[in-house]
Amino acid sequence: MSEVTWVKSERQLQRERLRRVRAARSGTIATVSTIVFLGVLAAVVTGSPGWPRVRDTFFSAEAFAKAWPDVLDGFWTNVTIFLIAEPLILVVGLLVALVRTLRAPVFFPLRALAVAYTDVFRGVPTLLVILLVGFGVPALDLQGAPRDEVTLGVIALTLSYGAYVAEVFRAGIDSVHPSQRAAARSLGLSHGKTMRYVVLPQAWRRVVPPLLNDFVSLQKDTSLVSTIGVVEALRQAQIYASSKFNYTPYLAGALLFVLLTIPMARFTDHLAARSQRRRGQ
Amino acid sequence: MKHDRGEGPGGPVLAVEGLWKSYHGAPVLRGIDLSVEAHEVVCLIGASGSGKSTLLRCVNLLETVDDGTIHLDGVEITDVRADPDDVRKRMGIVFQAFNLFPHMTVLDNITLAPRKVHGVARPEAEERARELLDRFGLADKAGAYPDRLSGGQQQRVAIIRALAVRPRLMLLDEVTSALDPELVTEVLGVIRELKAGGMTMILTTHEMGFCREIADTVCFLDGGVLLERGTPEEIFTDPREPRTREFLKSVLDARRI
Ligand SMILES: Nc1ncnc2c1ncn2[C@@H]1O[C@H](COP(=O)(O)OP(=O)(O)OP(=O)(O)O)[C@@H](O)[C@H]1O
Ligand SMILES: [Mg+2]
Repeated sequence: MSEVTWVKSERQLQRERLRRVRAARSGTIATVSTIVFLGVLAAVVTGSPGWPRVRDTFFSAEAFAKAWPDVLDGFWTNVTIFLIAEPLILVVGLLVALVRTLRAPVFFPLRALAVAYTDVFRGVPTLLVILLVGFGVPALDLQGAPRDEVTLGVIALTLSYGAYVAEVFRAGIDSVHPSQRAAARSLGLSHGKTMRYVVLPQAWRRVVPPLLNDFVSLQKDTSLVSTIGVVEALRQAQIYASSKFNYTPYLAGALLFVLLTIPMARFTDHLAARSQRRRGQ
Repeated sequence: MKHDRGEGPGGPVLAVEGLWKSYHGAPVLRGIDLSVEAHEVVCLIGASGSGKSTLLRCVNLLETVDDGTIHLDGVEITDVRADPDDVRKRMGIVFQAFNLFPHMTVLDNITLAPRKVHGVARPEAEERARELLDRFGLADKAGAYPDRLSGGQQQRVAIIRALAVRPRLMLLDEVTSALDPELVTEVLGVIRELKAGGMTMILTTHEMGFCREIADTVCFLDGGVLLERGTPEEIFTDPREPRTREFLKSVLDARRI
């Protein structure tokens, strides 16, 4: 290699100076416009005729402080349900997606079952699944069937979300180019090994962002189990709100859910950015 | 099944007889007969769409045939009871597009089949892979991911990957046609090496010069029919069939433009 050293030209130095000035200017504009926007928003809301009443029923510091411990306590139930349901959903989703890739005729019944499962549970509203499982399963009076509401809630959420997640996995598997499968099969890898070593690792990277999105949605939907008698954050807030005619506890609940989903959302962004960088390498 | 890769049993390594294949009722291969002896290099030529790739895919059992038989080392592989995975273990195929696995390093690409299909321990598989990489001038690329390699390097890795399982037969489908001219040379170099090592091969190519140099036998496919078969001398200087002459003339004309 020849010895050539690079000294930045006057033109380049000028270009960089200009770039810095422009960056500083856009920072200032962003700050000022944000402040103005928030100011106007606050003025409109607090200036509205109903504001004093809304402030007392939704933003009462006293009610917030009183309800917070109970709402927070209930919220741990949401977190528990989420943490148990999430891995179960991943397993169910992956298994169903894999079953749908099996081509051998022996597996026909399994495959048909997997198709029926995704069709049914993707179509029925989650709330309905929860009600049907929550009230239906105990009514069966089966030996060994769970009766505990939290367990029933987890089962219902797993059934409902498992169908979604199976479709996400299937889309990921289908997105791996067929030539990859052909290349693996031509090396003598069986269907199973092709899936395991070639298709799934590539599919996995593509399904993580949509999966995380589904899980953010699941975090919120854990509150639906309140309908079958689980006393979680929403239910606690409801109890408080209906006895005191003050809705501030709902706000406390909303705040908790937001606090839980924000890290998940940032994590999703982080993963997306990382895979973007990887691809760029 | 144990195979002595160096010298097989007496008969041909591959024997294709009366092979028919259609897609959606349109015949693509029409009664192909082809036999390949040990250490023989067979080159398939023919216009685009004449069925060269399809023939290789049938031999690799990536397609099911409509009629006819294929024997590998005297054993019928088109028998419905034959295990395709077992058959493919004994063949290496390299496609026009490289089809390396993007999520694995070069080394993992090469050792995947030896380790997971042939049960070779990782250290031995890697040793053999490094040997091959070294032989084909890619020793420093073992840890790289495919998207960091040039097209020619990727294609050489694909060939090495197919070689890593010590195949009885190599199928190479237009391995240079996706490459820039200056990268073609290095891939052709690899194929020359394989021939020198006594590998039995069937290859398809649009590089007539290379075909003439490397082939023991040239087969001309026309509309799914194996129209003419002969030594490179016979086919390129004195083809029997008018269709062959026409094809070669059109290739030469295209070259001139
Ligand atoms: N999977 C498929 N489905 C339908 N038709 C196909 C399929 N694969 C190949 N064909 C058709 O079969 C014919 C032969 O294709 P093939 O790829 O074997 O040609 P080829 O000789 O390899 O051509 P080329 O030189 O362009 O690679 C073509 O007309 C093609 O359109
Ligand atoms: Mg082709």
